Amino acid sequence: MISAFFIFNQKGEVLISRLFRTDLKRSISDVFRIQVISNPDVRSPIITLGSTSFFHVRINNVYVVGVTKCNASAALVFEFLYRFIQISRAYFGKLDEESVKNNFVLIYELLDEILDFGYPQNSEIDTLKMYITTESIKSELAVREDSSKITIQATGATSWRRSDVKYRKNEAFVDVIETVNMLMSKDGAVLRADVDGQILMRAYLSGTPDCKFGLNDKLVLQKRGADQGPKSDDAVELDDCQFHQCVRLGKFDSDRSISFIPPDGEFELMRYRSTTNINLPFRLQTHVTEPTKSRVEYTIHLRASYDPKLNANNVVVKIPTPLNTTNVQAKVGVGKAKYVPGDNFIVWKIPKLQGSQECTLTAEAELATTTHRQPWSRPPIQVDFSVVMFTASGLLVRFLKVFEKSGYQSVKWVRYLSKANGSYQIRF
Amino acid sequence: MADAKLFTRGRTEELRDELRQSGDRRDKGFLRKKTALKKIVANMTMGNDMSSLFPDMIQCMQIQVLEIKKMVYLYLVNYGRARPEQVQGAIGGFLSDCNDRNPLIRGLAIRTMSSIPLPHIVQALADPLRHGLQDQDPYVRKTSAIAVAKLYSSDHGRRLVEHEGYVAMLRDLLADHNPTVVANAVSALVEISDRSTDISLRLNATVAGKLVAALGECSEWGQIYILDSLLSFVPQSHMDAEQLAERISVRLQHANSAVVLTTIKVCLYLMNYMEDETLIRALERKMGPPLVTLLSSGSEVQYVGLRNILLIIQRRPAILQNEVKVFFCKYNDPIYVKLAKLEIMYRLTRDENVSEVLAELKEYATEVDVDFVRKAVRSIGRLAIKISSASDQCIQTLLNLMQTKISYVVQEAIVVIKDIFRRYPNQYESVIGTLCENLDALDEPEAKAAMIWIVGQYADRIENSDELLEDFCFSFREEPPEVQLALLTATVKLFLHRPTAAQELLPKVLKLATEEADNPDLRDRGFMYWRLLTSNPTAAREVVLCDKPPISTETDRMDKGMLDQLLLHTGTLGSIYHKNPNTFIRTAKPKYLPDSPALNASSRRHRISPQGMGVSTLRPSSSVPKIPQRQSTVPASPQATRSVSQAAAPDVSPPERKGTMDTEDDDNLADPYGQLGDLEFGSGSGGGMGGGYETDAPRPRGAEEDLLF
Repeated sequence: MISAFFIFNQKGEVLISRLFRTDLKRSISDVFRIQVISNPDVRSPIITLGSTSFFHVRINNVYVVGVTKCNASAALVFEFLYRFIQISRAYFGKLDEESVKNNFVLIYELLDEILDFGYPQNSEIDTLKMYITTESIKSELAVREDSSKITIQATGATSWRRSDVKYRKNEAFVDVIETVNMLMSKDGAVLRADVDGQILMRAYLSGTPDCKFGLNDKLVLQKRGADQGPKSDDAVELDDCQFHQCVRLGKFDSDRSISFIPPDGEFELMRYRSTTNINLPFRLQTHVTEPTKSRVEYTIHLRASYDPKLNANNVVVKIPTPLNTTNVQAKVGVGKAKYVPGDNFIVWKIPKLQGSQECTLTAEAELATTTHRQPWSRPPIQVDFSVVMFTASGLLVRFLKVFEKSGYQSVKWVRYLSKANGSYQIRF
Repeated sequence: MADAKLFTRGRTEELRDELRQSGDRRDKGFLRKKTALKKIVANMTMGNDMSSLFPDMIQCMQIQVLEIKKMVYLYLVNYGRARPEQVQGAIGGFLSDCNDRNPLIRGLAIRTMSSIPLPHIVQALADPLRHGLQDQDPYVRKTSAIAVAKLYSSDHGRRLVEHEGYVAMLRDLLADHNPTVVANAVSALVEISDRSTDISLRLNATVAGKLVAALGECSEWGQIYILDSLLSFVPQSHMDAEQLAERISVRLQHANSAVVLTTIKVCLYLMNYMEDETLIRALERKMGPPLVTLLSSGSEVQYVGLRNILLIIQRRPAILQNEVKVFFCKYNDPIYVKLAKLEIMYRLTRDENVSEVLAELKEYATEVDVDFVRKAVRSIGRLAIKISSASDQCIQTLLNLMQTKISYVVQEAIVVIKDIFRRYPNQYESVIGTLCENLDALDEPEAKAAMIWIVGQYADRIENSDELLEDFCFSFREEPPEVQLALLTATVKLFLHRPTAAQELLPKVLKLATEEADNPDLRDRGFMYWRLLTSNPTAAREVVLCDKPPISTETDRMDKGMLDQLLLHTGTLGSIYHKNPNTFIRTAKPKYLPDSPALNASSRRHRISPQGMGVSTLRPSSSVPKIPQRQSTVPASPQATRSVSQAAAPDVSPPERKGTMDTEDDDNLADPYGQLGDLEFGSGSGGGMGGGYETDAPRPRGAEEDLLF
């Protein structure tokens, strides 16, 4: 398991150093600095030197690092590092050099609690916050007075939720967020189109509520190959779904129902993938030519293919230009287009785009003459967007039922969003 | 909470003064004491040696303020080992904390003490730990369970553990009613059994069943520890394996990728003990989607997932066989993800999808990253060899790519085209002309050697082959051995094809190889040719110009027995490097697929046991009839005899995986060259650098570096 945990800044200075096992020394951090931080060409998140392995995740301006001396589970180490980042966010907003320095004592305190001998222990933020807080007096009091409540919470079967949560108004917000992955070839063929979905929930519910959640899905897991039954039109095929720790997996396995006692506040209830019948929100037609060695001409035609009643926000089309571009003239009917020399992109921004709307960009890039013989590799055009109240997979929330022994009424809200951030790519 | 201003280097004396002066009556709420301690912790972090403050820190132990206590304990864990004499002063404080009425404090004290493996401390911990393992509070019990594993990692501690019988107490905790306690007890037992030579964890069906029942209530980490321990359960019947696999497979839906991969590890393990094809197939189908879902995770986890998928699909090709598209690279994937995806794409390509994959690879070959481009080009060539119906298309793609004149693309293409010639003799020689246009671009040994091989092999068809070789020989002395060897052989071939053309060149090269070269291989080969040519030219002709056995892609598939062994490490470092951990981690013990009456015929046939490989892994040539596995080295135990009789029984079970993808069955060894190919790829030149197909595979670096720290 994890022998040591470090946080470094970009200069390679140690911001946090905690050894969990006696099989290595603090000086091991020098090795990481030399091998990874000072190395301009790091090609793996895992580096193994002899028996020692370094696992790192870069976030903002720090490196979060786990070191092992055994045949550790790589998945576990990374999941732990991700979790540490999540916890840090929950405690002090953002994980960066400044916040680490501002909270180093708190971080040590947290580490002592969530790792023992390198084995991750309870890492549920809600429970941790019961006795480790940024105000030491409060933690002091909690530990002194509620200790047995804390220990039962931290080791029990619903370690993610306290029992004494109270709200005057009981509300639950469900956000269905879909990231659309699309790759289109030069000739307009869709090479891949799939959706990574995420269902986020913000539960502000009193007591210990038991929730049941329903979607218009049918899981294709079992039925592949032998198609049985008629295909109902509004059911969405999910290739796979993964659930938060709180969801009873046994129940899901037996009757496909999603039931759980939610943590208090925000959490990711489930993730899913869908690959069939994806509604692509945008179509792009490209015509890019290189009439001479010093010029590239673009005509990019963008069409919003979702319902006219819906809107997309912050549509950004990034159109690559050759490295030796000196100047770009771009004309657009809608939005604004600008050449960003540092990134070699023409960035076309459309703040709001209604469904079925179409718009066009025409541009000319002037190139400097070079001796460089290598032809331009034409990275794909990228479309970033978020379309509200639209799911590319067609997924809908059917119901969310909340049962609590006090029998209170609760209000539920559902929102849908489909977005892309670098994952919607068109080759040209 | 702006502690950043405390995060500055200070001098030990100043910090000591600050610590001593604080904490009196005027220091309300110990604010100044806390500040001083924080500065000390900061300096400790920065690597500033604070160990001389030890006595002052021990003084602070008396202050009953939790925040202070935690900082002092952190300090003691850090410097305790360096100050064995002074640490004794802390024992009193520790012991009183072990008896605190607050479980969090009791846990803290036991956790801290067990992290300081010094004789005094270990001795003092004996009683509190025994109590801790039976404490009424689950927090203390779960902390104590891990503490036993901690003690076991040091010599003194190990003696104490053995003397006090803590391991038996841990075993009792497996029946604890608190899920976290069970999980930690399991992880402690697994750790101890990994370290120990005489204790090893063995679970029977009942205990395994109880552990699985606890899974539902465990934290995600606890689930991982319990799932991991299930490898210590050896199914005694097919039913055992089937039931367990069925019960744990629900974990495949968990959001934590480590839970998913550990579940997959256990399922793959159990499949070795399952017989029912439909159940195996169903389990395989369940594993596919969660594996693909790993690709929606952070890039680090994606990487772990991809490396594992590559192993899994070699052993269980039915999983993911229709999923090649999800492994297409995104332009903005990190390079390590892209390289790992390419390898999987190659494996999943079949007749039906080869055009799609080729179009993708062609696209990648124009990208910027040199390694990625090379690997893409190489993959095109490998596909030509793997899928004969696509070879025309592949060759055409390679020729088009060579027109870019990008040096590394051209060289990579030449290397693979050489292999394509080997695979399809007399089909593509018409492209030699195009290859020869690019001679000037060659500056890498592998590409040069490949081109020289081509010139030698087709010396009779290439008009100016003698001139070309002569040009190459110009720099003979400076070339690396790989190229020199290729030149030597090619010149001999030229001589045998066109004696007059090589009249001058041959003696020159032979002389260079035998008289001037330092490399013994080169010298030996030179002498060998020389004698062969002088003593019996006809024989030389037969030997040198014989028909080459065609190569195939069989050679880069790993043996099933090796895969079964590697898959016991699914999700771990071993699965990243595709190596058994004991080959690169000093303390790691080798793992073997345990024998049991339930082991199915296929897994048994390939099984690698501690005594060595199964017979078939030695790859007898196809002409030799199959020998039943004979475990003669095993002392006559009932188990061994049983396995012999089972293995010898001719085909009692239906043939494995009928009608699946796995057409390349192991018995299909019509490839006598396979072995050699393997060696060639494996050893490459100088540890594989610049050599075969595996060169860019991630690997742990040399064990000699271990000595550094």
